[in-house]
Amino acid sequence: MKQLRIIGAVCTAVTLASAGMASAQSDGVDHAKADAEFAKFRAEMEDSNPAELFELKGEELWKAKRGPRNVSLAESCDLGLGVGKLAGAYVQNPRYYADAGKVMDVERRIVWCMTEKQGFQFADIAKKPFASGNYTPEITSLVTFVAGHSRNMKFAIPMNDPKVREAWEIGKEITAYRAGPYDFSCNTCHGSDGKRIRMQNLPNLGKQEGAYKGVFGWPGYRMTGGVMLTSQWRMNDCFRQQRFPSPKYASDTVTYLLTYMTGTSNGLIYKGPGIKR
Amino acid sequence: MADPMKIRAQMKGDVCEVRVLMSHPMETGQRKDADGKTIPAHHIQTMTVALNGKTVVAGQIAGSVSRNPVFGFKVKGAKTGDKITVAWTDNKGDKRSDETAVA
Repeated sequence: MKQLRIIGAVCTAVTLASAGMASAQSDGVDHAKADAEFAKFRAEMEDSNPAELFELKGEELWKAKRGPRNVSLAESCDLGLGVGKLAGAYVQNPRYYADAGKVMDVERRIVWCMTEKQGFQFADIAKKPFASGNYTPEITSLVTFVAGHSRNMKFAIPMNDPKVREAWEIGKEITAYRAGPYDFSCNTCHGSDGKRIRMQNLPNLGKQEGAYKGVFGWPGYRMTGGVMLTSQWRMNDCFRQQRFPSPKYASDTVTYLLTYMTGTSNGLIYKGPGIKR
Repeated sequence: MADPMKIRAQMKGDVCEVRVLMSHPMETGQRKDADGKTIPAHHIQTMTVALNGKTVVAGQIAGSVSRNPVFGFKVKGAKTGDKITVAWTDNKGDKRSDETAVA
């Protein structure tokens, strides 16, 4: 029994889908088989992902002349690869922007372009920045449109840039920072291997495979509620789940956390825009 | 006209596999909002799929179908280059029609 357990542990770590190998984890479930079934289900769901509808909306918004300055994002917004350049932009952010003097993730950068180039007010965008019910904010559709141009590309944020490196380090510190009424930190749930809440496996964000699970599918269409959600939303929801006060929308804190997870995932393939439970 | 659909039509052997993703809130009329007021029903009621102008599917959609629904059909007698048109109308009289060529 002990020998089988050791073999079982190695198997689950390597995620083999070998039908003959029964999992030797103590819960008696064949995890390899279950993972294979989930992969099949996910492939089926990804075909005709409603996220594509938001890519279409985002395309309209990106190309249209809008805002008090009547200018389009296509002709004014630089996501790090040049004005209007979209291919691969999503997987090369967060990055440092000299014109803003900040490290920014894609959503925060598009908001910056909307305020600085198109003349929109940040307060108007921040009032209802996340989707709920039948409402999807414009920024969500824009992020989804941009993300669609990085399909199946490798994460490649500029970790050699000292500003990005600094943001990564701060993000790492934040994940260890305990606060709120339960004295939780991100690491309370996401700081070690093998943790689970009810039916959700909790990825270990300190390891590459865990950090990757945190970023590979956002922005994603969540079937519960039928809404399109971004990684800015997901960070906000993590804070809610810890019973922390909400982070300020598109703030440094959120960027640092996203930089930490994305930087750790460099080299792995982005699978979004995704579809979720 | 309402938001566009995404239609995909691909020949798989001698059958054309059509997949359509519609954009619609699909409110059942049974939900209540935060103030306790019932959210009025707003959902697709009829849909049609046509091959080169000839209707091949005529469907009645009930309110229990989910938001942004996806439908899949297998159409016989289609070939590459044929036109597939999908159209829907909802209970408020709104409608949408989109078409694509069979790949």
